[in-house]
Amino acid sequence: MNQNNNNNHKTDKNNLEKLIIDDTTYYTNYTKKFLLPQKKYFFDTSIIRSIIPGIVKKVFVKEGDKIEKGSPIIILEAMKMQNIIKSDYSGIVKKVNVKEGEKIPKNHPIVELFIQD
Amino acid sequence: MTIDNKTLELIKKREEYIHGGGEKAIEKQLSMGKLTARERIKALLDKDSFQEYDLFVEHEVRDFDLGSKVLYGDGVITGTGTIFGMPVCIYAQDFTVAGGSLGLMHARKIVKIMDHALKLRIPIIGINDSGGARIQEGVNSLAGYGEIFYRNTLASGVIPQISIILGPCAGGAVYSPALTDFVFVVDKISKLFITGPEVIKAVIGEEISMEELGGARVHAEITGNAHFFAKSEYECFEQVKKLITFIPPNNSRAPLPFKPKEPHKDYVIEDIVPEDPTLPYDVRDLIKAVVDDSDFFEIQELWAKNVVIGFARINGETIGIVANQPMYLAGVLDVDASDKAARFIRFCDAFNIPILTFVDIPGYLPGIDQEHSGVIRHGAKLLYSYSEATVPKITIIVRKAYGGGYIAMGSRHLRADFVFAWPTAEIAVMGPEGAANIIFKKEIQNSPDPEKTRQEKIKEYKEKFANPYVAAAKGYIDAVIEPRETRKMIIHCIEISKQKTVPIPNKKHGIPPF
Repeated sequence: MNQNNNNNHKTDKNNLEKLIIDDTTYYTNYTKKFLLPQKKYFFDTSIIRSIIPGIVKKVFVKEGDKIEKGSPIIILEAMKMQNIIKSDYSGIVKKVNVKEGEKIPKNHPIVELFIQD
Repeated sequence: MTIDNKTLELIKKREEYIHGGGEKAIEKQLSMGKLTARERIKALLDKDSFQEYDLFVEHEVRDFDLGSKVLYGDGVITGTGTIFGMPVCIYAQDFTVAGGSLGLMHARKIVKIMDHALKLRIPIIGINDSGGARIQEGVNSLAGYGEIFYRNTLASGVIPQISIILGPCAGGAVYSPALTDFVFVVDKISKLFITGPEVIKAVIGEEISMEELGGARVHAEITGNAHFFAKSEYECFEQVKKLITFIPPNNSRAPLPFKPKEPHKDYVIEDIVPEDPTLPYDVRDLIKAVVDDSDFFEIQELWAKNVVIGFARINGETIGIVANQPMYLAGVLDVDASDKAARFIRFCDAFNIPILTFVDIPGYLPGIDQEHSGVIRHGAKLLYSYSEATVPKITIIVRKAYGGGYIAMGSRHLRADFVFAWPTAEIAVMGPEGAANIIFKKEIQNSPDPEKTRQEKIKEYKEKFANPYVAAAKGYIDAVIEPRETRKMIIHCIEISKQKTVPIPNKKHGIPPF
């Protein structure tokens, strides 16, 4: 038998990973792609997130501020543009998670709101 | 004497032209660990079989610095030759000439050899090693790509199309390989992407190396764009040659039969599959226990490992194999595995290669990522491909075949011609645990000892349904066979299916869930 093939993966139950399908636990190996960080989807509208990574150029709000729908929150420099990030909702700023000059990744929670529509 | 002088002139001219981009550029090419375009063709084709065309083609650009420049062969070598005596058309982009960039005449040469291949009904092999569009040629360069894509599409399903990526292949250039049937990549040499690391950094600020973004490994393991991964160019050429032996030259022929050979004795078919359906094994061992010379030529070995696809021969004849792989992700179907198997089945169907399926599947992979990635749409591709295929379809249910996985994996209902089950087969709507938990929910909840009742009910369900006989009683499987009878049955089925004809409703083409 091909030595290579036999050494490529584990066959001993104790060394195997588990995968549950319809209440049955199967013993198997994970693939590289299976272990990659998976895409996240955010449904919580009270948190304003960055849609692209960039540098925070200016912060317009602080905790406790009352803001209107369309109020500017920050300027995010990305794609060689000064992007004004605006609020989609009216409400009160619960928490500000960024500072001016800070480099933030995609999906970073910039500001948390109490929405008052 | 004048003829001799003229001949001498030709020899001199040829000598000058075949030198490509000159010594310096060739040295640079070699220093990158790459062969030259001519060396590649030589390594791939039978000795002295290559006949070149269009060596003296010249570009007609008058703009920028190109006006005065001679680009030998316009950066691409085209011609015909043989592999193991079988004729092929081939082109190889020459990176030493203007970075193998694609201009109008460069594209015309490629298009011409593609037309040739389509007309002669022989495979076309493209070796890609190009910096991309020749910017000086502007829209002519874009037109060139478009003409190539069109021919890739026209030739699809008529002649086999093979792409070998031996250098950069970026931007629009990636779409010709993507339209072809088999893409070969070589570690550290192949680079495929739409937008490169520099653009990505400038636009969204994310930093990534070329290798991590679109290197050979990425396409072999993560994206699935590549079908074969090799450590060196020579290894890659051996893979291409082997592939050619398994496939026919066009869609009106069958692959060449070879001399039948028995599987190796060290693959003992009864010893491979554990009885406990939750335990893994390498399904490739099972395949090797059945096919000629235990020689299985796996495709997309590193991507979506939970399903195994590839070519082998049974009784000397090429067969396409699809098998769940319990060794990875318990052999479930997911987005990638469905995509992988579905496309392979369509290739086999287009090129008259019977499909053999080994089933051992617990179901589909659960998860948010799978649902959001469109497992519904991708999973449907597999149903479509199996249903659509009119070549002989033989399915062996080895162990579990649960739920939607049972239907998708070449079941009788998708018009498999022959469905056999081993005595260890469990054909059921789901595994005993899941089924018992649903059917006997009340009994389990109301029991003084729920766990004990649960185990009893699982056992009850197992005894009643976890076998091949319920499906056999309905005629959904044709026979329950001993594992050691498997090869004999497959040979028989292929033998008697030679004249298979299936009436299909008249249509221009179907609309598979791409």
